[in-house]
Amino acid sequence: MSSGTGLESLVDPQVCAPLMQYICCEQFNSLSLTTFLCAETISVITNDGRNIVGVLKGFDQSTNIILDESHERVFSTKEGVQQLVLGLYIIRGDNISIVGELDADLDSTVEWSKMRAYPLKPVIH
Amino acid sequence: MLFFSYFKELVGREVTVELKNDLAIRGTLHSVDQYLNIKLENTRVVDQDKYPHMMSVRNCFIRGSVVRYVQLPPEGVDVELLHDATRREARGG
Repeated sequence: MSSGTGLESLVDPQVCAPLMQYICCEQFNSLSLTTFLCAETISVITNDGRNIVGVLKGFDQSTNIILDESHERVFSTKEGVQQLVLGLYIIRGDNISIVGELDADLDSTVEWSKMRAYPLKPVIH
Repeated sequence: MLFFSYFKELVGREVTVELKNDLAIRGTLHSVDQYLNIKLENTRVVDQDKYPHMMSVRNCFIRGSVVRYVQLPPEGVDVELLHDATRREARGG
């Protein structure tokens, strides 16, 4: 567990033991970015500015990510945040900007349905 | 590898990471890896009114490829040391 992209601790070891085993066997060169304390719901911001929330099921050294029970949060200035159900998703690492650990307590206090904001800008390399 | 080593020494300090989508995130540098992926703790988005998207995120992993700038604490920069290190690297040792 000591080497990898550092997302290890976000994965529920019970759910995806076989996958983690596979991941841990890989010889990663990257140094560990350890301990995101076992919160497994994550918020991914993609390069095109989308925000996808889901349960992290797996990942690899290129930050490819498997998300389960995922939904997109669509921000707009016209109406509150819309939730779009996506289900099981694989996101290619190339397209990922940020992986955030979602604080469940904090998240439940936010009134997303009343939140208005411009969508995030796409990443320009 | 020089900047990798350099960033490793900054672990624990407060930095602001500006991304290529204009988002700026401030937080405590938790770790960094060879790709200069960055992990921040106690994060807050600099202009939260404009960017409420990450309101419920306190710890985050930022992919190295989307980082535009890392704003460092002044006391974390030793120019002399960096000069020497870059020269040494340029010589290939």
